Amino acid sequence: MKRLLVLLFVLATPALAVNPDEMLKDPAQEHRARELGKDLRCLVCQNQSIDDSDADLAKDLRVIVRERIAKGDSDDQVKSFVVDRYGDYVLLKPPFKATTLALWLGPLALFAGALWAVLAFYRRRPAEKAAPPPPPLSAEESRRLDKLLKETER
Amino acid sequence: MRRFLYVLPVAVFAILALFFLKGLTLNPRDIPSVLINRPVPEMSLAPLPGRGDTSGLATENLKGRVSLVNIYGSWCISCVQEHPILMEIKKRGDAPIHAVDWRDDPVLGAAWLKKNGDPYERVGIDPPPGRTAVDFGVTGAPESFIVDKAGIIRYKHVGPISREIWAKTLLPIIRELEKQG
Repeated sequence: MKRLLVLLFVLATPALAVNPDEMLKDPAQEHRARELGKDLRCLVCQNQSIDDSDADLAKDLRVIVRERIAKGDSDDQVKSFVVDRYGDYVLLKPPFKATTLALWLGPLALFAGALWAVLAFYRRRPAEKAAPPPPPLSAEESRRLDKLLKETER
Repeated sequence: MRRFLYVLPVAVFAILALFFLKGLTLNPRDIPSVLINRPVPEMSLAPLPGRGDTSGLATENLKGRVSLVNIYGSWCISCVQEHPILMEIKKRGDAPIHAVDWRDDPVLGAAWLKKNGDPYERVGIDPPPGRTAVDFGVTGAPESFIVDKAGIIRYKHVGPISREIWAKTLLPIIRELEKQG
């Protein structure tokens, strides 16, 4: 049973949709195609990369990416070829530019705001602790306190 | 300042709720095309057998008249839904419709037109890996592009064309483009 489990875990490598007949003969080029494929969004399934997707369009894009690599395109040239047709949306990691500023800096701004709120909260607290001690009891108050204490003792 | 702090979480919630509500009404399939106002991609597609045309669909064919380029395939289910409307458009002569038979067996593509009717002026076949479809930024079938007289893509519609979409959105754009030199 244990052996079976171990075997299953060993066999459970991420399922890639890349078919052997799509692969490039040059391992270095094929590796580049894989890395690029991970960054490109499958436009049918939308939240998978073309490397993970079994959709026909993803397969077509894998083939076209490999064609361009075989023709000598650089990684950036391949990416801009696809972006030229499908827009920045096809990149799983959005580029840093004016229209995506909120996307990239938003979380940072939120974190800064939270940090400021926490710091402000703790800065106010010592001030409360340092409030002046209450004035000592007056003679009248001491007498009443003694009386009360004596009553409870009885 | 104090009172403002009490309202803040409510305000943040309200703003987020607005965004999420808006998100619910959006269609994630509507990806804005980057090809709008760009020339039709270079293409020279072979004709579909059995239609009697000797030339398929090429970039030059899309110049001179405002036309519709429709991406279809015999495997495409929504295309069945769209087809009768394309037939009506053809009958009325609103605008010439050209087709890219995408990722299809040409024999099946031709048989499909024979069975359902042929609304197209020109049909070009785009075998896998669908280079022309990728050049058009196609994400699924059916998709339709309005091309102006100069061969510039002016509008893209994703999904089947309904009678309403044709009458209210696409036809007005075509009429407007026809007025331009």
